[in-house]
Amino acid sequence: MTNSFGEFSKARMFFVIGSNMTEAHPVAATFLKNAVMNGAKLILVDPRRQPLADFADIHVQIKVGSDIAFLNGVMNVLINEDLYDKKFVENCTEGFEELKLKVMDYPPEKAAEIAGVSADVIRDVARTMAETRPSMLCYTLGITEHTCGKNNVMSTANLQMLLGNMGVECGGVNPLRGQNNVQGACDMAALPNVFPGYQKVDNPDARAKFEKAWGVENLPAKPGLMIPQMMEGLVDGKVKAFWIFGENLANSEPDIAKVEHELASAEFLVCQDIFPTETTRFADVIFPSAGWSEDDGTFTNSERRISRVRKVSEPPGDARPNWWIFKEIARRFGHDWKSNSAQEIWDNEVSVLAPSMAGVKYARIEADGLQWPVPDDAHPGTCFLHREGKFTCGLGKFNAVDWTPPAEVPDEEYPLVLSTGRRLYHYHTRTQTSRTGLDYLLPEETADMSAADADALGIHHGEMIMVKSRRGEVKVRANITHQVPPGMVWMAFHFRDACANWLTNPVFDPATLTAEYKACAVRVDKI
Amino acid sequence: MDKKTLTLNGKTVEFQAGQTILEVARSYEVFIPALCYLDGCTATGACRICVVEVKGARSLIASCSTPAENGMDICTDSDRVRKSRRLTIELLLASGEHNCITCEKSGDCMLQNLAYSYGVDAIRFPVAPQPHPTEMMNPFIIRDFSRCILCGRCVQACQEVQVNRAISYGYRGPTAKIIAGCDKTYDESDCVFCGQCVQVCPVGALVEKKARFKGRAKDLDLVRTTCPYCGVGCQLWLHVKDGTIVKVTGVEDAQPNKGRLCVKGRFGYDFIYSEERNKTPLIREDGVLREASWDEALGLVANKFRETIEKHGPDSVAGVSCARSLNEDSYQMQKLFRAVFKTNNIDHCART
Repeated sequence: MTNSFGEFSKARMFFVIGSNMTEAHPVAATFLKNAVMNGAKLILVDPRRQPLADFADIHVQIKVGSDIAFLNGVMNVLINEDLYDKKFVENCTEGFEELKLKVMDYPPEKAAEIAGVSADVIRDVARTMAETRPSMLCYTLGITEHTCGKNNVMSTANLQMLLGNMGVECGGVNPLRGQNNVQGACDMAALPNVFPGYQKVDNPDARAKFEKAWGVENLPAKPGLMIPQMMEGLVDGKVKAFWIFGENLANSEPDIAKVEHELASAEFLVCQDIFPTETTRFADVIFPSAGWSEDDGTFTNSERRISRVRKVSEPPGDARPNWWIFKEIARRFGHDWKSNSAQEIWDNEVSVLAPSMAGVKYARIEADGLQWPVPDDAHPGTCFLHREGKFTCGLGKFNAVDWTPPAEVPDEEYPLVLSTGRRLYHYHTRTQTSRTGLDYLLPEETADMSAADADALGIHHGEMIMVKSRRGEVKVRANITHQVPPGMVWMAFHFRDACANWLTNPVFDPATLTAEYKACAVRVDKI
Repeated sequence: MDKKTLTLNGKTVEFQAGQTILEVARSYEVFIPALCYLDGCTATGACRICVVEVKGARSLIASCSTPAENGMDICTDSDRVRKSRRLTIELLLASGEHNCITCEKSGDCMLQNLAYSYGVDAIRFPVAPQPHPTEMMNPFIIRDFSRCILCGRCVQACQEVQVNRAISYGYRGPTAKIIAGCDKTYDESDCVFCGQCVQVCPVGALVEKKARFKGRAKDLDLVRTTCPYCGVGCQLWLHVKDGTIVKVTGVEDAQPNKGRLCVKGRFGYDFIYSEERNKTPLIREDGVLREASWDEALGLVANKFRETIEKHGPDSVAGVSCARSLNEDSYQMQKLFRAVFKTNNIDHCART
């Protein structure tokens, strides 16, 4: 997030696209709802009539995967009606002419046709956004989990720069991160192309710095593989030994049949986890891990806030801290790592090596955490980025992009769109939540569908149906709901038997390799 | 603008327009007890505990819902005030079955504390009959209406803080009740089990079922930590007894959640105590996993990775780190892959 949760309650306007915040980030949603109750405006762009729709001034129910067409249509109106922030565009951005040229291809009528909404609503959105500024743009996986995910993200940034909504309080582009420490895992460089603090591995100076700090030579310069490439590497033999730490790929990746074939192909698989999972079934070695509250450390949230996590008990049996396991393997390779606790790792290594976190030490985050960048010990942290329109790379770059449809669209054989996501009462593959009593509130998966589609197929609410895609089929209970528009089926991946990922399409954004979980074609059959 | 002043217990103090009497008093560290008042929410003036005496006013005034005015002469602890509060406490005690012996809230109960500090040791009124049975159905929240004082803090938390709009006041007079929907159980209503109602309940009417009989406030240590679920990063108080978490509440005034939690953060903590945890290293032998020592398991993994790298090069190994675990764990894993294995084949589920 460029901005902070603390700004939500003060914001005057929100533009929420592809984020079912009420269920996936419930506490963040409470602050947004507070603001709306106090008069802030909310534009919600979402194919489903999800819970925030009750609070929205305008709910634009676009078709799945039409985001870019819709956003280009809105920007077309902003430019044609002269409603954009010329001063910001002139002083703080580059690439406006290319953007203008591109969005001129998306007059509201054309955008409306692609997005399945009216041209008037596109004009209304543009005018409303121009009228009340700044607005906080929030998105989640509804934007990224598409084959055009990167372009979707760039479109949201284009819109906010065009409106001059960047670098100000209560503005910005705000992806709500899904997992508790997905931001931190990125910051720590569990990524194939960077060292901690986003220092690029192909930069010789960065390599020299880390070689010196780690006391090693010849750090690899070539960026490594991303998860889908690793998985395919298991089959084609490029990857022989694979180590999975705390991920249940067998349920969370698209097309379970394919994923399980890949896992089964591994020559040597190490799993490090707190529980047996569908993934650890394929392991040659399982390391038992310390879980949350069994070790000290830090998490970094969506707003870049580094907060303490504290230990209250020892891990069960012979389970050990994860950092210790890695250190012990390093020792067996002749590397003697000095840090011997999470605090030593952070204070003596991470904050020394990552300039954006240089001022973060455990002693400073006893209470509320600090939001990076925190360049030095006296710096109070950064609530919002790009202050006064000064972007990290100088000028904010408009990236003009075209709309592209999802890789698999409905046809005669598979006439419905399957879109997937998360539900309030469970977390991902239920490794944790299935052991907390939360099954009481949500005991099984459902296929959410519209009354119109259910009627046409003669399906009653609550009856077991078969949902099929080109990858697989699941037997699941039908949930007829006004949340889902005709033509769509919506499912989550919390339960193994009726997991949406038996059906999802393993196609990826070409740049980020994020899978298209939000759109594939399915058919629904009565059993 | 002219400075606004009033007299508070004989002292002249300044205040800002729009502040209530209660807010002015608290800003000068003058304690006025209040039950129904919930910080940040619309004052309801329901409980009448916060009454104060204002010179010239006909009756005592609820300080939580009365704006301070220039020149007011306020006494927060006069005999008349104390007498009124004692009566209110007596009536509240008689309104239900306020039996502290097995009440979870004992020792941390606002009503119990008030009764003690005002020395209410005898109740002149008969205890009112209790028409509403306790709701014990769901595994998370117990609703004991016999202990409810109808202060409405739970309603405020649901309506104004979390904006889940699931509960409200229902019925009238002696049958008045906090209701979910049209007086349904929490399960059957729009309740989403965020449990904010439990966190703000000043008495033992709403309690965490999992924490029942596991320890009261005085028996519990508080440990602050960060929630293990979504990317909001809510700050939690873990209520710990003998090294075991017995309940979780939100840290008031903390960034980013200001005391708020959701169902998973509040009730989803006990997966760590599952008997199904991985407790010992396991090695697959002849297709079956068997227990092993750390030395054996670590040695096997180190040897396999060393052999693989020697035979097929460093890029023949790959690792996926965990977006659930600590920063320090991810740092160590990428360091292992880069500095020791000499490959950048390290990733995590950032893209999914």
